[in-house]
Amino acid sequence: MHKESEIRYPLIIGDKTYHQITEDVCAPVEGRANKLWYVCFTIAVVVALWGLGCIMYTVGRGIGVWGLNTTVMWAWDITNFVWWVGIGHAGTLISAVLLLFRQKWRMAINRSAEAMTIFAVMMAALFPGIHMGRIWMAYWVLPLPNQYGSLWVNFNSPLLWDVFAISTYFSVSLVFWYIGLIPDFATIRDRATRIIPKSIYSILAFGWSGKAKQWIRFEEVSLVLAGLATPLVFSVHSIVSMDFATSVVPGWHTTIFPPYFVAGAIFSGFAMVQTLLIIVRKVVSLESYITRKHIESMNIVIVITGSMVGIAYLTELFIAWYSGVEFEQYAFLNRATGPYWWAYAMMMTCNVVTPLIYFVEKVRKSIVISFIISIFVNIGMWFERFVIIVTSLHRDHIPSNWTMFHPTFVDIGIFIGTIGIFFVLFLLYARTFPVLALNELKSILKSSGDNYKKQQH
Amino acid sequence: MEQFTIPNKVKRWSMIFMAIGGLALIMGIASLFMAGDEHAHHHAVARFWSNLLINGFFFFGIAACATFFMAVNYAAESGWWVVIKRILEAIGSFMPYGAVALFIVLIAGAFHMHHLYHWMDASVYSDFMVKTAEGITYYSEPVEGAIVNPDFDEIIAGKIAYLNVPFMIIRQLLIMGGWIYMWKRFRTRSLEEDLGFERGRHFKNVRDSAIFLVAFGYPISTFVPWDWIMSIDTHWFSTLFGWYVFSGLWLSAMIVAILMVVWLKSIGELKEVNDSHIHDLGKWMFAISFLWSYLFFSQFMLIWYANIPEEVTYFQARINAYPLLYWGMFFVNFIFPMIALMDRDKKRNRMMLTIMGIILFCGHWVDVYMLVTPGTMKQHGYIGLLEVGMAIGFVGLFAFVITRTLAKAPLVPKNHPFFDESVHHEIH
Repeated sequence: MHKESEIRYPLIIGDKTYHQITEDVCAPVEGRANKLWYVCFTIAVVVALWGLGCIMYTVGRGIGVWGLNTTVMWAWDITNFVWWVGIGHAGTLISAVLLLFRQKWRMAINRSAEAMTIFAVMMAALFPGIHMGRIWMAYWVLPLPNQYGSLWVNFNSPLLWDVFAISTYFSVSLVFWYIGLIPDFATIRDRATRIIPKSIYSILAFGWSGKAKQWIRFEEVSLVLAGLATPLVFSVHSIVSMDFATSVVPGWHTTIFPPYFVAGAIFSGFAMVQTLLIIVRKVVSLESYITRKHIESMNIVIVITGSMVGIAYLTELFIAWYSGVEFEQYAFLNRATGPYWWAYAMMMTCNVVTPLIYFVEKVRKSIVISFIISIFVNIGMWFERFVIIVTSLHRDHIPSNWTMFHPTFVDIGIFIGTIGIFFVLFLLYARTFPVLALNELKSILKSSGDNYKKQQH
Repeated sequence: MEQFTIPNKVKRWSMIFMAIGGLALIMGIASLFMAGDEHAHHHAVARFWSNLLINGFFFFGIAACATFFMAVNYAAESGWWVVIKRILEAIGSFMPYGAVALFIVLIAGAFHMHHLYHWMDASVYSDFMVKTAEGITYYSEPVEGAIVNPDFDEIIAGKIAYLNVPFMIIRQLLIMGGWIYMWKRFRTRSLEEDLGFERGRHFKNVRDSAIFLVAFGYPISTFVPWDWIMSIDTHWFSTLFGWYVFSGLWLSAMIVAILMVVWLKSIGELKEVNDSHIHDLGKWMFAISFLWSYLFFSQFMLIWYANIPEEVTYFQARINAYPLLYWGMFFVNFIFPMIALMDRDKKRNRMMLTIMGIILFCGHWVDVYMLVTPGTMKQHGYIGLLEVGMAIGFVGLFAFVITRTLAKAPLVPKNHPFFDESVHHEIH
């Protein structure tokens, strides 16, 4: 028999019944969008179009339209790529790792986090694609048999490992997300009255009927996928970090990179989930399900991963001195005090210092502060990648090569544009998909619902 | 409430183990005086003190990581673990003993009784020296009659601001003292809770565990592994080193907890622990084995791939001189748990957990052995009677201390707010 201690906080607030949960979650899908949604959507579409325009301009003219130069030959492109991939880590972490840890609070947030993961990974994949210049040859990243003699991909390159890691991660995340959606699509199908939505959702629901046997399969598959996805969460960002760490560039080649990138990815991913869910819970009135307790739990993950990232920053800094290698020492001195000191300061403040206020319980539970800090972390984690990439490149071993990087309007346009595309996808998702795992949520109503908890004690 | 009494058999065996350890200790000390020539003497000194360092560090680390795991569970508000809480507390009680062993090594090094830590030698970091009939004195300034020190090591000299005996004593006293003090606070409140549940007291433990996670997390990632282990290979550096060492110790702590639980169940104690708890412990062992393997691979692969002399010599020293021990250690610690514990039923099988636990425990002892020995004894180390004897001695002392702590309180904390959840814990 399952027991729950009286000191645990309820995870579903208010006097909810099973039916009420269905009503609340289906309302945004079945009802009409409000004005706010249309305003947001229009802005997102405009920004996305601007981004698409810049992308087409890049493809047409070549990547010479970016601010890259011979010294800084990697800058915003890879920064944005790593930033988006990092954000794409939270969804699968929430769905897989928190499932393995039996964290009930994940049920209110996993759906949106997974959706965010899918969209973020799509945005990430865009960057290596357009960076190739000749995007129509993008399939060359795959080891395909060909007629050009022995023309193969470079298996020694971590960039190729990235291709494998990210495509695997994307596929598993997509399957995981979709499997979870099936019972909820079925619920929407059963409630739909108009013929077109009903037929669409019935295709999407794969003939789910809610039999006990189906639920058994459902849970088994979820567990197997969770077991597969957990090492993937580690592998993806470890391999992204190896893009840098396998080199011998000072500031890039350091052994802590794989776990430190993973921690940073979870950190930034949770910050993005926080940003999105604080908005979503308000806009579609799901405050009873995404409670302060949920926000607090995410904040705790943010402060833990933020501290790990902080340890890694300080470790790098200290070991650079300790190593006695002058190039290593200069790379870090230049990061902190060179012409890009402001980017380093930004990274340190946003990622290490500000999340520390989450050690105070009141702050962790404040929705306004959580929102602000989550934006800080999003910014800080972008700067982290910028600092790693650009400051290590712009002053290399030959001082006559030293230069700065200046983004062009195309660099900026593409980056802002991906944020626009991301929001277009997310806003469409929020109107057509059940944003909470409503059927799974019902399974905890009687143990973690406010009303049932009150009855018990 | 029912108190646990240590079975005589365990008392007897821990005594026998300690006696074996005592013999090994005497043998080690005797070897210091019986060495034939200077070379043999150096060998005996390095071997003896390396052994004390390896075991002191390993068992201290296990005790500290058990306390860490307790704090994690408090902070994460997990419920299932309550029935094994007293075991984690008991393992944590070994911390002072391990710390004493480590400090003996440190103080002995400071008095030049051994040369495990190269950076303690004035002959490597001083720029100048004066040779007289009585011997050599080293100076950092060019004093009257001084000549340039031919053994001067620029890299080590650059690290002396951090690597010096007073600073190391201060920081390690603060860190280890802090951990032991925090353990005491947890323990005192935990015992008070046996008298009656009080919300405030529980939440104080939750708050303390958050503080402990910070006070533990930072040093275990940095100063503790760097000072005791990484500084042996004074030139070498690796930013991942701290987390790597920590993951191995954490796994060893989980193994000790599992072995204790299985043993206590086998003598009819811990009735509240059911197969689900064992399953969860098995999952932890499985998962942290992967974490350790992942960190090993990350550190090794990046250094192997970049292949720069500052770093790669570290692995060359290990792989060239100890190929079997080093790769054997890695493959056992990585492959065995992967194959043996992947299956759900195996994680509930006490026999399997015991066998794997013992193998991995030895495997991770060898890991620590491999962290230390190639640095202190170059290619001349081997696992002989002294190594085995001292390890057995430490196991005996460890068992003695933790069973004694176990016997001081009831085996399950009945007033813990999650006690009911833990007793009714059921997973599939």
